[in-house]
Amino acid sequence: MCGIVGLFLKDPKLEPHLGAMLTDMLITMTDRGPDSAGIAIYSGAKDGLGKITIQSPHPERDFKDLDGDLHAAIGQPVAMLVKSTHAVLEVPLGQLDAARSALAHLRPDVKVMSAGDSIEIFKEVGLPKDVARRFDLAKMHGTHGIGHTRMATESAVTTMGAHPFSTGPDQCLVHNGSLSNHNGLRRELIRKGMTFETQNDTEVAAAYVSQKLKEGEDLGTALESGLDDLDGFFTFVVGTKNGFGVVRDPIACKPAVMAETDDYVAFGSEYRALVNLPGIETARVWEPEPATVYFWER
Amino acid sequence: MQTYDLGAQGLRTLNSSLHALKGQTNMTAWEVINPKGAHAIAAGVDAPVEITVRGSTGYYCAGMNKQATIRIKGSAGPGVAENMMSGTVIIDGDASQYAGATGRGGLLVIKGNASSRCGISMKGIDIVVHGNIGHMSCFMAQSGNVVVLGNAGEALGDSLYEARIFVRGSVKSLGADCIEKEMRDEHYAMVEELLRRGEAEGKAKPEEFRRYGSARKLYTFNIDNAASY
Repeated sequence: MCGIVGLFLKDPKLEPHLGAMLTDMLITMTDRGPDSAGIAIYSGAKDGLGKITIQSPHPERDFKDLDGDLHAAIGQPVAMLVKSTHAVLEVPLGQLDAARSALAHLRPDVKVMSAGDSIEIFKEVGLPKDVARRFDLAKMHGTHGIGHTRMATESAVTTMGAHPFSTGPDQCLVHNGSLSNHNGLRRELIRKGMTFETQNDTEVAAAYVSQKLKEGEDLGTALESGLDDLDGFFTFVVGTKNGFGVVRDPIACKPAVMAETDDYVAFGSEYRALVNLPGIETARVWEPEPATVYFWER
Repeated sequence: MQTYDLGAQGLRTLNSSLHALKGQTNMTAWEVINPKGAHAIAAGVDAPVEITVRGSTGYYCAGMNKQATIRIKGSAGPGVAENMMSGTVIIDGDASQYAGATGRGGLLVIKGNASSRCGISMKGIDIVVHGNIGHMSCFMAQSGNVVVLGNAGEALGDSLYEARIFVRGSVKSLGADCIEKEMRDEHYAMVEELLRRGEAEGKAKPEEFRRYGSARKLYTFNIDNAASY
């Protein structure tokens, strides 16, 4: 099964509540995916600074003095905020790649969940309510975000197998469904220079979109290309620094409901996920059409 | 009138109260408030009662319905009125995937649009949709009638048996073994009757509809048809 939730805010007054709204939606989708949960949140860019969200199975050991060690390695100030098994590192924008290579050296067990100007990703194995509490997701603010509750089918129940997947700067993707041609596509993408952390089908879809964006396509065109190249069942919700996109395969078995008001665009695998949103009673509520790309950008 | 607050009282109690009505005649009007997209609301009812759900429902609302008249004052999630046996289900808004799937009898009315696979494998139910229906509707439909005031999506009536499909608007494409057929007097009468029962009287005229049915070439396996299965 799996559950997806997404929220793209049009009204800046709602931004302080994004985390709370998404957390409520995510927990409602627990029975669609109790294995693992994750959230990507775009909490805004700070002038001249970028963010890297990292994860470690041994946070006490790996995060200890990491900011100082990274500072010494890249010669630039580094701020670190630890949240349970994850930490958000703030480094000067031009230094994101340098910081990532230094990290691989300094702390080989640390995984990078996301990197970019605005994105932060938190995901773990466990019930959505426990994952949300662990990372204090309800307190987060931001412009848009995507969440996922996982019922695993294609790869093991692990932190890295949880969604969202981020395979490019400020990009993320969540998936309900299963792909049948991901092994072949993964090989093609590896030849083009993409790297993979898991055997998961969704990571291939994320990398596919990242590769298309790298080749210069916009999000809408990249998702259109995906309809031709990705085989299997999918409802995808995709996030970029400024945007939020939705696409379903032509058969469209995997459920999807969207709602739009003057204040937000919301996505839920089921209507239940949307019922507590402000003004939902009068929102335009619809089911996204199969093989049709929807996206919103600010 | 029994008013039931689903948010406060829970689904199990509602459904077991409704199931207990079998053979009773004194609690005939029910109202369910705060449905909030919950699953299986009023599934398995077997009593001639009137149930009004005030809001939108999740999966399988009114599934397996027998005798009851169930009105949804909102939209319905996947599988509404799935395997309905008799009675009536009326949805004011839209219906998600496979509305009325495998239904054996009764009447399903959708006043908005229905999405994909409406009436899939239906076995005798009548379905009236005021708006459009999505792709793969009436796939392997066996008997019963579907009246669509709007348009139909791709692959309408694929691998159809004996259900009759009446569409007023356009049909994006017909599925394997589904063909357009002549409207005869009996069909005009049938559509007229269904429009009346489906609360669509005055919204459309029988002569505006076209009829689709089975070419009856795929009933049994024939090697010459292998490419069409």
